[in-house]
Amino acid sequence: MKVRKRTLALGLYFVFLLLPLYWLVNMSLKPNEEILGELTLLPQNVTFENYVTIFTNADWYTGYLNSITYVSLNTIISLAVALPAAYAFSRYSFVGDKHFFFWLLTNRMAPPAVFLLPFFQLYSTFGLIDTHIAVALAHCLFNVPLAVWILEGFMRGVPREIDETAYIDGYSFPLFFATVFLPLIRAGIGVTAFFCFMFSWVELLLARTLTTVEAKPIAATMTRTVSAAGIDWGLLAAAGVLTIVPGALVIWFVRNYMAKGFALGRV
Amino acid sequence: MSLALENVGKTVGHETHIADIDLTMEPGRFYVLLGPTLAGKTTLMRLMAGLDRPTSGRVLVDGGDVTGTPVRKRNVAMVYQQFINYPSFTVYDNIASPLRRAGLSRDEVDRRVRESAETLKLGNLLDRLPGELSGGQQQRTALARALVKDAGLLLLDEPLVNLDYKLREELRVELRQIFSRRSAVVVYATTEPSEALIMGGDTVVLSEGRLLQHGATHDVYHHPASMQVGRSFSDPPMNFIPGEVVGGEAWLGGGRIRLPLSGHLAEIAPGRYSFGVRANHLGVVRNRQDDIAFAASVELSEISGSETFVHVDVDGTAWVVQEEGVHSLGLGENIEVFVNPRNVYAFDANGWLVASPPRPGAREAAE
Repeated sequence: MKVRKRTLALGLYFVFLLLPLYWLVNMSLKPNEEILGELTLLPQNVTFENYVTIFTNADWYTGYLNSITYVSLNTIISLAVALPAAYAFSRYSFVGDKHFFFWLLTNRMAPPAVFLLPFFQLYSTFGLIDTHIAVALAHCLFNVPLAVWILEGFMRGVPREIDETAYIDGYSFPLFFATVFLPLIRAGIGVTAFFCFMFSWVELLLARTLTTVEAKPIAATMTRTVSAAGIDWGLLAAAGVLTIVPGALVIWFVRNYMAKGFALGRV
Repeated sequence: MSLALENVGKTVGHETHIADIDLTMEPGRFYVLLGPTLAGKTTLMRLMAGLDRPTSGRVLVDGGDVTGTPVRKRNVAMVYQQFINYPSFTVYDNIASPLRRAGLSRDEVDRRVRESAETLKLGNLLDRLPGELSGGQQQRTALARALVKDAGLLLLDEPLVNLDYKLREELRVELRQIFSRRSAVVVYATTEPSEALIMGGDTVVLSEGRLLQHGATHDVYHHPASMQVGRSFSDPPMNFIPGEVVGGEAWLGGGRIRLPLSGHLAEIAPGRYSFGVRANHLGVVRNRQDDIAFAASVELSEISGSETFVHVDVDGTAWVVQEEGVHSLGLGENIEVFVNPRNVYAFDANGWLVASPPRPGAREAAE
C-alpha cells in the first residue's frame, strides 16, 4: 500500500514536470492553425516546417551560433582564470585568504540587473557593445567566483604530497599542473564547465542588453516571432525545444559528477 | 652524498617544530629517526629534502650550502606514510616519471623501471592504475619510484606504518636488503623502537623537535643517554623509580627496598638517582636468587599472544611488566614484581645516564 502511494506521488510529480516539456514539443510539431484551432494531445498534421525555418533562415540560426559562441568563450575564460586562483586558495595561505574567498562568492549574491548599467556604460566606452566577448566577460563576473569555489573543493581533495612528489621527481610547476594535477580534477573541471555553461546559456538580461544585431542571443531572437499578424506559436515552440537541447546534452555528459558538483566538491 | 644540518631550526608562528639540530650523515649509511608522533620527524625530513626552508641554520650537501635550493634542483627521493602515487598514471608511468624528467633515453627508462619493479615484485602490475592496487602494492609502487631514481638522499617517512603486520615484516626485510646495496644516505622515520632495532644502522632519537641522542642503534638502545631516550626507545616505555644511594647501597621506593650495588652499578657515588628498568626485564615470578622484589597492585593485564603486559602501580608510579606466557591477574590484586639488579639503569638528578647494564651479548658470553 505504502509503495503504491509513493509510486502515485512520483507519477504525479513526473506528469507535472514533463507536461510543459511535452506541450512544447507537441506544439513545435503542429502548424499554427492546429495550435489555435483545437486541443490535440498528439499532432494531427505532423509538420517539421518550424524546424526547417530555424535551420535555413540565417536570422534564426545565427542566434544559436551567437549564444554558443559567447557561452563557450565564457566557459573557457572562466576556467582559465579560475584554475590558478583555485589552486592558490587550496595550496597556499596568505593574508586575508579566507575573507577574499568568501568575498568572491558574494559576487554571486548580487542580481545581474545591478551590474547592467555599469556594464553598458563601460562597454560602450570601449566599443565592445554587440560583441561576443562583451557578453562572455560580463558573465565572468558571476561564473569565475563559482568556478573558483567549485574547483577549490576538488583541488583540496588532492593530497598536497602529490604536488611535492612531483617536485621531488623533477617536474616544473607548469608541467606538473598540466600533466599530473589537471587529470586528477577532471570531474571538477567538467562540473565547473557545466555550471558556467548553464548560467551563461540561460542568462538573458545582460546578453540582450549588451548586444544589438551581430551578437544577438537566441533568446532575444525568439521575441521576433511576435508580429502584427500575431505570434507564430509553432516556430516559437520549435526554437524553445532547440534551446533545451544543448543543456540536456551537457547534463548527459556530466550526470555522474552532478551530485559532487552540487556539493561544490566538498564531499 | 653526505648531508649535514647545522643548527637547523624551524618555527611556525610561535611554535617551535625543530630546535637547533646538528647532524652529519654519511653516504651509504642507514639512519633511523626515532620519536613519538609530533617529535618532528616529518618536519626534519622536509627540511632535509628542501620541501620546507629552515627558519635558522644551514643544510649542507657534500659541504655546499643548499639551504634555499628548491627540491626540484636537489637529488632526493621521498616516500610518505600515506601511499602517494600519481592516480592517473599506470604503475609503469609512476615509476618511470622521475627518470623521464631526468631526460633518460626510452630504453634506459624501460630497463630501470623493469629492474626496480622486479625488485619490489611489481612485475605483473605495471599496466594497472594505483587505484586498482592493494595498499601494500601502492606503497611498493611509491618505493619503486623513490628507488629507481638513484637519489643521493632517500627519505622514508614511516613508509610501512599503514600496512598490515605481515606485509610490514616482509617489506622491512626486503628494504634492508635493498638499502644495503645503496650508496645513498637513507633516512627512515619510525615511531616504533622495535622497528629501529630491526632496521639497525644509526638511530637519531627525537623528542619535541630536539635531538636527544645519535649513535649506532644498539648503542643507543643499550646506553640511552637520558631518561627521555630510555622512555622513547623502549616499548612499553622504560619504568622509573626514584632512589637514594648511601654507603654502597641504593634505597628505592621511599627507603623500603634495598638494591645492592654491584657490577655496573658498583661505582656510582652517593646521592639521589632515578633507576630505570625496561618492561621486559621485569617479571611477576622470581627467576634468580638475587632478584629484588617490589610490592605492586595490578591495574590492567593485557594478553597479546604469547606475552602478557601487566600494568601495575608501584608506590604511586605506573609500571608496565612484560612477561612471557599468559598470566591472568585480577584487577587490584597485590603481587610482587621482580627485577634483577644486573638490568637496572641509573640516571642522575638531571636525567642523564650514570650507569647502564653491559650489552646482553657480552653478558651471555660470560655466563
